[in-house]
Amino acid sequence: MQAYIARRLLALIPTLFFASLIVFVTVRLIPGNVIDLMLSQNDISADKFSRDQLIAALGLDKPMWEQYGRWAGGILLHGDFGRSLWQNTPVAELLAARLPVTFQLGLMALIVALTVAIPIGAYSAMRQDTTGDYVGRSFSILMLAVPSFWMGTMVMVFPSIWWGWSPEVKYLAFHQDPVHNLKMMILPAIILGTSLSAVTMRLTRTMMLEVLRQDYIRTAWAKGLSEQRIVSRHALRNALIPVVTLIGLQAPLLIGGAVIMEQIFVIPGMGLLLLDAVYQRDYPIITGVFLIVGVAVMVINLLVDLSYGLLDPKVRYR
Amino acid sequence: MATIAQPLPRARTAGHTRRFLGRLFREKPLGAIGGVVFLAFLFCGIFADLLAPYGVNQINPINRLKPPSWAFPFGTDNLGRDMLSRCLYGAQLSVIIGFCAAGLATLISVLLGIVTGYLGGKIDLIAQRFVDAWQSFPDLIVLIVVVSVVGPGMPQIIVTLGLLLGIAGSRIIRSAVVSVRENMYVHAAQSIGASTPRILWRHILPNVLPPIIVLFTTRVGVVILIESALSFLGLGVPPPAPTWGGMLSGSGRSYMFQGPWLALAPGLCLTIVVYATNMFGDALRDLFDPRMRGSR
Repeated sequence: MQAYIARRLLALIPTLFFASLIVFVTVRLIPGNVIDLMLSQNDISADKFSRDQLIAALGLDKPMWEQYGRWAGGILLHGDFGRSLWQNTPVAELLAARLPVTFQLGLMALIVALTVAIPIGAYSAMRQDTTGDYVGRSFSILMLAVPSFWMGTMVMVFPSIWWGWSPEVKYLAFHQDPVHNLKMMILPAIILGTSLSAVTMRLTRTMMLEVLRQDYIRTAWAKGLSEQRIVSRHALRNALIPVVTLIGLQAPLLIGGAVIMEQIFVIPGMGLLLLDAVYQRDYPIITGVFLIVGVAVMVINLLVDLSYGLLDPKVRYR
Repeated sequence: MATIAQPLPRARTAGHTRRFLGRLFREKPLGAIGGVVFLAFLFCGIFADLLAPYGVNQINPINRLKPPSWAFPFGTDNLGRDMLSRCLYGAQLSVIIGFCAAGLATLISVLLGIVTGYLGGKIDLIAQRFVDAWQSFPDLIVLIVVVSVVGPGMPQIIVTLGLLLGIAGSRIIRSAVVSVRENMYVHAAQSIGASTPRILWRHILPNVLPPIIVLFTTRVGVVILIESALSFLGLGVPPPAPTWGGMLSGSGRSYMFQGPWLALAPGLCLTIVVYATNMFGDALRDLFDPRMRGSR
C-alpha cells in the first residue's frame, strides 16, 4: 500500500508541473492591447497604476522563464499568489475565503448525485428491461441533456410567478446560520447533483448488471439470502468500486457547474470570484483561481485513487 | 496494393449505408429518432434565413412581450423580437460552433491519438502526463480564462473548445489505436517495409473510424452545451447574437417574470438538440462496437 501511495504521489509531480505551465502560458498570452484595455476599463490608470507599473505588477517585464520561476516559486515557497489589482488584497486570502463555499456546494451536490444515482441505477439493473428500468434510464439521459443553468433559471422564475416564492439571495456561512445556509445551498446542490447523477446512474447500472451475473451472487441466491441482503452486502459493494473512480472524473464537471450555480444563486464561492475577476480583468485572481481549481481536481483524483486502493484489494498489491 | 487504393464501388457503399440505416431504425429506434432530430436541427441551422418568419433583431415595440400565439409561436421578447426567429438563428450559431469545434476537436484527437498510440514510448509517456494535467481543468473554467484574455467571440470559442475537447478525446482514439496496432495486418505492413505515415493512413485510420464518428457526434452535443453555458455567463458570442444560452441570461432574465415563455423556448431547444445528439451518438456507438456499450 505504501509503495502504491508513493508511486501515485510521484506521478503527480509531472502532472502538477504541466498544469502550472498550462495556467502560466494561458494567462501570459495577454497581448499588449489587453493591457491598454485593462487600463481604460478599470480606470486604474488615473490614480494607482501607470502602464509600466501594471506590466511590472503582472510581471510581464521579465523574461518568460524568470517569470515562471518567480511565480511558481512564490506559490510553492510562500503561498504567494500575488495581489488583486483591483482590491489590492492578497489573492491567497481571497482564495482561502472562497474555497470552503465552493467546497460545500460541491460536496452537497455530490451527495445529492449519489443518493439519486445509486438507488435508481441498482434498481434499474435488478429489474432490467422492465418499465421501471426504462423510466430510470430515460430520466438519466434526459438529465444529461437539460442544462443546469436552464434549470436554475426556471427555478428562479416559475415559483416566483406561481407562488410568489424566490430563493434566498443573502449568503450566510454555515457557522453563522446553518439553517439559512442550507436553505440557500440546497437548491443549487439539487440542480447540480441531478445533472451529475446521470452518468453515475448509468455506470452503477452497467456494473450491477455485470456483478449480478457473477458466480458468487448465484451462490448467495442458492444460500437462500434475501434480495435486499444480496444487493446491499454482495452486489452493490463490488459494483460501486468503479463508481468511486467516476467521482474523480466528474470533479471538473462539478466545479464547472458550481461556477454557473454560484452565478445564478449569488453564492460567493470560487466561481463568482472568477467571474467577477474576469469582468474586471483582474489577472492575478484569474490565475490563482485557475491554478487552484486544477490542483483541487488533481487532489480529488489522488484521494479517489488512494481510496480505490483501500476498497479494492487487487489494486493494493499490484 | 493498387486494388486496395481504389475507392469502393458505389453500389456497395450505398448498400452498406442502407443496411446500416435499417439496423439503426430496427435496433435503436430512440437513437434513430435522435438522428432525425439531429438532421432537423442541422436543416434549421443551415436554412435559418429562409425559415425564420421575422428578422433576427427586428425590433417591434408594439408587440413587446407578447405570449405565444399564431403570429408569434414562441412569443416575443422585451424588444418585441420574435422568439421563434431568434431560436432558429440560435440554431444556426449552434450548428456553426458545434460542427466547427467538434470537427476541430476530432481532428486533434485523431492526430494526437494515432501518433501517441502508434508510436508509444517516451513521447507517449510525456504526452499522457500532459493530457492528465489538461484534463484537470474544467472545460468551462478554461474557456472563461481564455475569454478573459482574448475577449469573447466565435473564433476563439471554436478554437479553445476544439483544443480542449480534442486533447481530452485523444485518449479514446489512442486506446482504439493501441488495440488495432497489434493486429496481424499491421505487422504484415511493417514487415514489407511500408512507411509509418502509410501504415497510419492506410491501415490504422480506417480501422479506428467508428470511434472517430462516435466521438464527433457526441462532441457536437457537448460543444453546444458548453457554448450555451458560456453565453449564459455573458462570455460567449456577444449580443445581440441570438445564442440559446445568451437568450436565457442577462437582460432577458429580468423580463422572464412578465413573460415566462422567454425562459422556455431557448432552454427547450437546447435540451431537445442535446438529448437527440446524445441518443444518436449512443446508438451509433452500440451499433459500431458492442464492447463500447456503457462506456463514455
